[in-house]
Amino acid sequence: MLENLFTNIAGLLRNLLDSAGVPPLWNDVTLLVVKLVAILVFILINALWLVLMERKVAGYMQARIGPNRVGPWGLLQTTCDIGKLISKEIPIPKSADKILFLLAPALVFVPPLMIFAAIPFGKDMVALDLNIGLFYVFALASLTTIIFWMGGWGSNNKYSLLGSMRVVAQMVSYELPMILSVLGVIMLVGSMNLTEIIAAQQNMWFIVTQPIAFLIFFIAAVAECNRTPFDLVEGESEIINGPYTEYGGMGFAMFFLAEYASIMIISAMATTIFLGGWLAPFGLTFIPSWLWFFLKMYVLIFVVMWFRWTFPRIRVDQLMGFGWKILVPLSLANVFVTGIGMYIYRAIGW
Amino acid sequence: MLRTETYTMNFGPQHPATHGVFQVVLTLDGEKIVKAEPVCGYLHRGIEKLAESRTYQQVIPYTDRMDYLASMLQNWGYVMAVEKLMGLEVPERAEYLRVISGELSRLASHVLATGVYALDVGGFTGFLLCFRERERMMDLLEELTGSRMTFSYARFGGVADDAPEGWLEKLDKLMDDMPGYIDEYDGLITGNEIFQARTKQVGGLSPETAIDYSLSGPVLRGSGINYDLRKAKPYSIYDRFDFEVPVGKNGDCFDRYFCRVREMRQSVRIIKQAIEQIKEIDGPIKGKVPKALKPPKGDAYAEIESSKGILGFYVVSDGTNKPHRVHVRRPSFINLGYLDEMSRGWLIADLVAILGSIDIVLGEVDC
Amino acid sequence: MEKKISEIISELKEKFPQIKTSEETISVSTEDLLGLMQELKNSFGFNYLTNLTAADYPADAKGKGDGNEDEDDGEMEIVYNLTSVYEKLYLTVKARVSRKNPEIPSVFPVWGGANWQEREVYDLFGIVFTDHPNLKRILLTDNFEGYPLRKDYQWVGGRK
Repeated sequence: MLENLFTNIAGLLRNLLDSAGVPPLWNDVTLLVVKLVAILVFILINALWLVLMERKVAGYMQARIGPNRVGPWGLLQTTCDIGKLISKEIPIPKSADKILFLLAPALVFVPPLMIFAAIPFGKDMVALDLNIGLFYVFALASLTTIIFWMGGWGSNNKYSLLGSMRVVAQMVSYELPMILSVLGVIMLVGSMNLTEIIAAQQNMWFIVTQPIAFLIFFIAAVAECNRTPFDLVEGESEIINGPYTEYGGMGFAMFFLAEYASIMIISAMATTIFLGGWLAPFGLTFIPSWLWFFLKMYVLIFVVMWFRWTFPRIRVDQLMGFGWKILVPLSLANVFVTGIGMYIYRAIGW
Repeated sequence: MLRTETYTMNFGPQHPATHGVFQVVLTLDGEKIVKAEPVCGYLHRGIEKLAESRTYQQVIPYTDRMDYLASMLQNWGYVMAVEKLMGLEVPERAEYLRVISGELSRLASHVLATGVYALDVGGFTGFLLCFRERERMMDLLEELTGSRMTFSYARFGGVADDAPEGWLEKLDKLMDDMPGYIDEYDGLITGNEIFQARTKQVGGLSPETAIDYSLSGPVLRGSGINYDLRKAKPYSIYDRFDFEVPVGKNGDCFDRYFCRVREMRQSVRIIKQAIEQIKEIDGPIKGKVPKALKPPKGDAYAEIESSKGILGFYVVSDGTNKPHRVHVRRPSFINLGYLDEMSRGWLIADLVAILGSIDIVLGEVDC
Repeated sequence: MEKKISEIISELKEKFPQIKTSEETISVSTEDLLGLMQELKNSFGFNYLTNLTAADYPADAKGKGDGNEDEDDGEMEIVYNLTSVYEKLYLTVKARVSRKNPEIPSVFPVWGGANWQEREVYDLFGIVFTDHPNLKRILLTDNFEGYPLRKDYQWVGGRK
C-alpha cells in the first residue's frame, strides 16, 4: 500500500478531475503542475532539513551538540532562521547592477526544480519521463554557473568577481569528467532515459561494474556543487564568501538553500545512475521503492557532509590540475576500457 | 595577445582570515600576488606611552593586552626586565610556578594557532577540536589566576599566588592526556593530504633571510635555525629541564606549522618535569620587594622565548616610581615585516596560509 | 662567553677609537655607526638584530648623565640589541642624536630586520633614518601630527 502511495494519490486526482468533466489536456496540465509544486515544496523543506542535518552532523563531528534549543532536537532551528532572514532587508550596494543582483537569487532555484522534474523518485514516480533524461539533467546542472556569475558580476565587488570567476572555471573543468564518467554507463545501457538506466541495474548496480566512473562522478559532482574540499567559490578564509559576499537577508538565504538543493541533486543523480535508483537491494521489497531512493540519497548526502567536516580546502591551481590532469584522462580511460570490455563480452557471446 | 592589468584589493581590515584588524593592500595579477603591503596599527593603543605614566606595578596588566593568547609569557617578560634592572632575586618555587604557568600558556597559544591554521586552510573541524583542549587549559589557568585571558600573574620577585590545592594534580592529568590529543591533531590536520598540498613548498623562507629579517620563534626554527632562548640563553630555570628544540627543514608553511605541533609535545615534557620537581620545593613564592618600587637609574633589556618568538622588554628607569621608557620587542610585529617578500608570486589562498603560519596576534603587532 | 664579548669589545676599540665601551654595551657616534655595524656583522658574526628602539632624554630630564650636556635641547638615544645566533653572543650598541636634528643612518643595508623597527621608531619618535627604503609611519595614520613617544608630546586626555 505504501509502495504506491504517491501514484495512488495521482490516480485519485486524475479520476476526480475526470469525473468533474475536465477535458483530458487540462487534466494532464493540472496534474503536471501539481507534481511540480509538490517537488518544489519537497526541495524547499528538504533543504531546510538538510541545513539542520549539516549543523547536527558538524556538531557531533566536532565534539559538540549543535542546535537544540528551537523545537525538539532543534528541529525548528532553520525554519526560524529563514523566518528571520525573510524579515530582513536586502541591502543593495550602490554600485551594483540592480537587475542582475536581484535576479540571481530569484533564479537560483530554477535549475534544481527543473532537474528534479526528470528524476524518478520511485517506481512510476517521475514527473517527466524524458528519453534524453541524462542529457537534460546535465544541461540544466551547468545552468547554475550563469546564475552564480550573474550574482558575482552584479555585486560589483572584487571578492564577488573573483568568486564567480572561480565558479565558471571550476564548473567548466569539472563538467567534463562528470559527463565522461557517465558515458560508460550510457554505453552499457544504450539509453539516456533515467528510467531505463535504473531498469538496467536490476541485477547489478553500476557502482560494481563502473567503480572508477562512480568515483570520478562523485568527486566531480562534489566540485560541481562547490562543497569542501572544492569550496573555493565561497572560500570564506580567502575571498570571504565569493559571489554571495554582498548579499544579505533572503538573497543570501536563497543561495544558501540552493547549495543544499544542489547537494540533493548530485546525490539523487548518483543514486539513480550508480546505486540502482529506487531498486531495492537484496530483494528487500517490503520497504517502498521511494523510501529506498531517499535512503540511498541521504547516505550520499551524509558522505558529502562528512567530506566538508574533515577536509581542508584545495587551492585553485591544484583544483584545475586535479580536474584536467587526473579526472579527465581517467574518465577517458574508463570509457575506453568499458568499450573494450563490451566488445569482449559480445565476442564471447554471453 | 590579451592586454592584462594588475589591480589592487584590500585584504582586510575586515576579513575573516587576518586574525584581527589587519590590512594587506594587495596588488594582484589575476589571483597572483604582485605586491602585498601590510598595513597595521588599527589596534594601536599606545601601551608604550601609557606605561610612562603608570607605576611599575601598574604596567603589568597592560602587558596582558598585547599577546592576549599567551599573556602569562608577556607578564613574565616584563617582570624579568624590571628584576634585571633592580637586581631582584626570585624564589625557587616562584620560578617553577612561572615555568609551569608560562609553558601552559604557550601550550594554549600553540593549540589555538594549530586550530586557527586548520581553519585558514579550510578545515573547520580542526579549529573546534583544538578548542576542546584549550578549554581545559583555560579552566586550569582560571583556577590559578582568577582570569581566563588577562592573567597578570607574575609579580616583581615572584608570582601573585601559590597554586591552589590539587591544582598540580589536575594539571598532571591534563598533561597525561595531552599527547593523545596532539596525536589527534596530527591525524586530522597534519596528516591530511590536502593540508600538505596546501602548505608544503609554499611560502618558503631560507635560513639566511630568516636571520637577516630578525624573524623569531617557530618562523625562524621552521627554516632550520636551532635558536630557542630557552636553550640558547637559559633564563629562569630552563637549564633544569630536559627538552628538545624542534626545527624544520624547508622553511615552508608546513614546517612552521609542524614546529608548533612538536613544540607542544616539548612543553608537555617540561611541565611534567616541573610538576615532579616542584613537589620537593617548599618556600616563599615572592621575594623581598619594597612596596614603593623605585629602580635605580639605568636601563635593562631582557628577552624570553614567547610562543610567537623572542619577546624582549627594554625598560629605562629615571629613579622615580614610574618607568621613563618601556619598549617591547614584539615577535609578531617583526615577523610580519617580511610578509610582503614572502607572499609575492603566490596566490591569494597562499597568502592566507602564509599569514596563518606566521601566527600573529594583532594585539601584539600593534601594541 | 663573558670573555669572548670582552675580547670583541677590545678588538673593536682598536678599530674605532672613538667608541665608548662598558661590559656589554658600546656607545658610538652617528658617523661611525654604519661602519661599526658592518664590522660587527661581517667580522664578528652578529647576524641578528634582535631589537631596535629609542628613548627620549630631554635636557631637563636626562636619563643618564653622559657628560654631553652642551646641547640645550637634550638628546635621543637609539638602542640596538645584537645577537650572534650561531655563537650565542649578545651585544648592545647605543647611539645618540640631538633632539633638534634627529638623523641617523639606517642599518637596513646591514640587517633587513631593521626595516619595520626603524619605521616604528620614526613613527613614534620622529628620528629620521637616512637611506631607509620606505620610511613611512607604520602604526599611526599618515596624517598624524607629532611624535607621541617624545617626552614633550602634549597628551590630550587619559590619566595624568
